[in-house]
Formats: sequence, structure tokens, C-alpha cells
Amino acid sequence: MKELALYILDLSQNSIRAGAKNIYIEINIDTSKDMLKVSIEDDGCGMSKELLKKVTDPFITTRKERKVGLGIPLFKELAQLCEGNFEIFSVEGKGTKIIGTFKLSSIDLVPIGDMASTIVSLILSAPDLDIVYKYSKDNYEFLFDTKELKKILKEVNINDIKVLSWIKEYVKENMKGDTEV
Amino acid sequence: MKSIEELERIRKETLEKINLRKDRSGIRIAVGMATCGIAAGARPVMMAILDELSKRNVTDVIVTETGCIGMCKLEPIVDVYVPGQEKVTYVKVDEKKARQIVAEHVINGHPIREWTIENYE
Repeated sequence: MKELALYILDLSQNSIRAGAKNIYIEINIDTSKDMLKVSIEDDGCGMSKELLKKVTDPFITTRKERKVGLGIPLFKELAQLCEGNFEIFSVEGKGTKIIGTFKLSSIDLVPIGDMASTIVSLILSAPDLDIVYKYSKDNYEFLFDTKELKKILKEVNINDIKVLSWIKEYVKENMKGDTEV
Repeated sequence: MKSIEELERIRKETLEKINLRKDRSGIRIAVGMATCGIAAGARPVMMAILDELSKRNVTDVIVTETGCIGMCKLEPIVDVYVPGQEKVTYVKVDEKKARQIVAEHVINGHPIREWTIENYE
């Protein structure tokens, strides 16, 4: 995939299907360490130890519609290609955490891309899911929390079309100048 | 800069509209958002649908996601549900097609038959 934001969207869809109520997405860039870190943590149903062992195998999926599952394997492959690391932790009944680290200067690293569209897509996919997104680059930090927005919106739905258009611009502006890694 | 105060304003405007709205259209648009859909370009399709609805001030249509239906090579796939009518499944949708589906099918009520799954199976 062409953007980290697309990998994040894909992995977050796993969290939604795991019945998560909360998801925490973090992108952290440390230029002095030449490192970019992506982590996605949810409070979904988690995985058994057996499934956890096999989950990076592309021929393992919980889907019935097809026999391959590429989401996690693709992300792992990108991390390894970029001289980084991939880790996955999961506890059945508690949730799952995925961490990918990437060498920032790696020529194989794709740009962060459009995180604003990824977040809006996630809200559309699961309006009841609460999303916390933290983006930090050296001294810059941006924190986005759907719980805070829902407090302001009260009886207006977060997946209202006008609200989503605002969210998209809001995230985009706060990511500005930092989209190209 | 987009501010939180602006969100408060949008909330008030939306509330007024909800109060004015007598009947909801009940129309639902679902975009395939599994790995296959995302890799094929489902996210820009979803954004184009949202943008087109927003531009036309259509606020009573629900945009949502669907999983993989096992026809990954036909992604991005978009389903349009109109109450009282059979579901229409569009395949190999791009941003341009998505905008036309909103205008022709969702708003004007004419499905674009040449882009539906029946022509590809």
C-alpha cells in the first residue's frame, strides 16, 4: 500500500471486527533517532495464543469469504523492509496491540499519507468506536480524541456528514507540513 | 484554522436541520473496507461519496462500510440500499464513478446499470 495511513486503516478494521470500543493510534517520529513508530492498540476480543502465533502468516484469516489474510503480514513486511521491527501483543478478552518501527530514512518507507481520511473512514465504519489519535514529531504534538468531540456534539451524531467534513479539515490542518516524511 | 468553536456552530446548524427534517431518506451507502478494498482504493471512494453528499447538502444518507464479499478483484465495491428497492452493487468504483453514483442513483433515483456487478460476474 502507498501510505502508512492505509495500513493503519486496514489494521484498525481488524480492531472494529474484534468488537473494540476504544482504539488508540499513535504515530511518533523522532528525527534524531531516524525512527518512525506506529502503534495501534484496542480493547477488542483479543486472540488466543495459538492464533497469535500464526497471525503473521498470510494463509491465516478468520474470514470465511477468502483463504488469505494480508493485513498484518503486509505491515510486518514493510517494517522489516525499512530496517525496523514488528511486534504484536494480544490477550484473549482484553485486546491487541501492534507496534511497527521504521527507519525514517529508509527508501522503502512510504509516506504517512492522508491520516485525516483514514480517521474519517474509521468513524464512518464504526461511529460508536472511540478513537484517540496521537501524532508527534520531535517537539510537535497533535492529539485527537472522538470522546472530546462527542462531548461538544451532544445529541448530534459524529457521523453526520457536515461534522465529518469538519473533522477531515481539522485533522488535515493539524498534520500540515508533516505529511511528507 | 478549524476551531472547536466552529464545531459548536456546526452542531447548532445540524440540530436545526434535524428538527426540520420530517422523514429520513433511509438510503444507505456501504463501501467495502477490508484489506482488498483498501488496497484497491476504497478510502478515496468513500471520501468522494462523502464530499459529493456534503457539497449537495444531502445529510440524510448514511455512509458506512462493509467487509469482503470474496470478490476482491472487483474492489472497490459500493452497495447502495434504497428502502423498498433491491440492493445495487457497484464494482471497480473510482472517485469519478462514486460521485456519479451519488448524483444519478442516490439523488436522482436512477441506478447506473452498466457499472453493477451483474456485468462482471
